[in-house]
Amino acid sequence: MIAAVGGGGLSEAWDWVVGVTDWGVRNWSYPDEPNRGIRPKLVEHVRLAYVSILIGLVTALPLGLACARWGRLYPPVLTGVNVLYAVPSIALFFLMLPYTGFSDWTAIVPLSLYTLVILLPNVVDGLRQVPDHVRQAAVAMGFGPLRRLVTVEMPVAVPVIIAGLRVASVATISMVSVASLVGLGGLGQIILSDGFRRQFDAPIVVGIVLVVLLAFVTDALLVIAQYLLTPWTRGNGGAKERRRRSRRRAVVATGTPAAASQRPTRATAGE
Amino acid sequence: MDILNELVAWFSDPAQWTGPAGIPARMGEHVYYSLTGLLISAVIAVPIGLFTGHTGMGGFLTASLANFARALPTIGVLFLIVLAAGIGLAPVIAALVALAVPPILVNTHEGVRGVEPRLKDAALGMGMRGGEVLFKLELPVATPLILIGMRTAAVQVVATATIAAYVGVGGLGRYIVDGQARQDLTMMLGGSVLVVALAVVTTLLFAGLRRLLVAPGLRAEAAAAR
Repeated sequence: MIAAVGGGGLSEAWDWVVGVTDWGVRNWSYPDEPNRGIRPKLVEHVRLAYVSILIGLVTALPLGLACARWGRLYPPVLTGVNVLYAVPSIALFFLMLPYTGFSDWTAIVPLSLYTLVILLPNVVDGLRQVPDHVRQAAVAMGFGPLRRLVTVEMPVAVPVIIAGLRVASVATISMVSVASLVGLGGLGQIILSDGFRRQFDAPIVVGIVLVVLLAFVTDALLVIAQYLLTPWTRGNGGAKERRRRSRRRAVVATGTPAAASQRPTRATAGE
Repeated sequence: MDILNELVAWFSDPAQWTGPAGIPARMGEHVYYSLTGLLISAVIAVPIGLFTGHTGMGGFLTASLANFARALPTIGVLFLIVLAAGIGLAPVIAALVALAVPPILVNTHEGVRGVEPRLKDAALGMGMRGGEVLFKLELPVATPLILIGMRTAAVQVVATATIAAYVGVGGLGRYIVDGQARQDLTMMLGGSVLVVALAVVTTLLFAGLRRLLVAPGLRAEAAAAR
């Protein structure tokens, strides 16, 4: 089986690929046993990763807001976050064991922390780069602090936040597999139990390929989310309606004070 | 609190600090694997990154490589290499190198690429040749970013060297693996604490290296870039 990796003929390599694929297809799922096979592990992987990313995002947003609002808070928080980032995930999983046992939380707590660590600087930078005149324009239009935050500052920060989210999600998805060492870990369990413990390469390769695919699919989803959330960044190659709408939102996003006072009337007139 | 007390007891046991299974020996092994892996990676990645960054070739390739490497599950890579090449130290080091090369390579490439064009123009105007521009201007300016790449790689290598104990070599991971086998939670936690300590020390070490290696004129900029 492994000979092809070490360097055999082309046909040997092909046989190896066919063998690995065949193993993946045969072990995809067992109708009689819902917890056996690759599919349930993939589902577990997605659950652990997505819940962790979501918790990380939900904690990074208010913390980032606080750090952007009170600048003095940021340096100590950033130092703490950098130290946390240095802590290897494998050690953190084991250190969680006495408190959370073998529940999902053993994986989710450290992984959300990593997401938080990667995301926080992006949230702060994203909010800080909102141009001052945009903020002033919002104030002049009578926006209160909360409305300004939700309708002006957050949308402007979206691309930077999503850039951080993309790095964090890819890292989290690959790190979930390390949690297999504490008995969780989704696809990591296929790599560890079916592959390594049985000295069998097919499950390891299938596990790696699926983890990478899952990471890329998630990355693509985030790119799509950014596209949908930031209509003003799209070029004006689309329909007339979309162009008009994007122009109107662009005012909110980047417009100068002068534009902010003029354009909305024009946009409303167009509707 | 019970666990904390047991941990303190575990660390203060004198038997823990001597012999081939003692903390100093295990720590030494761990540092040895990590350092070897990191040095080999740096020797491979830094020259390639300098070359691609200086010439501007392969930018897309290095970026894709970094993305792909970030998505790779480390335990899968380690187990696959060990399975293909057999148990032993060399396959483990090979796996560490495979994981450490991408971050160093990409940061070196980006660091050299990111040197301001007007600085390069000035260097050329002063009569420097390609090689001189690379070593007298681009390398020093890129050093902070290269060090960040090496730090990322080092932390990852320290973490992955822990998993290496699962494939039968030494290092701090032994405490975790043996603790798991003996159902000894204190031992597992002790090993984890040591790994955390080593990783944090590694990060601090790179902060010190930055002070030492980065030209004084660049330090303010480097701090801002972080």
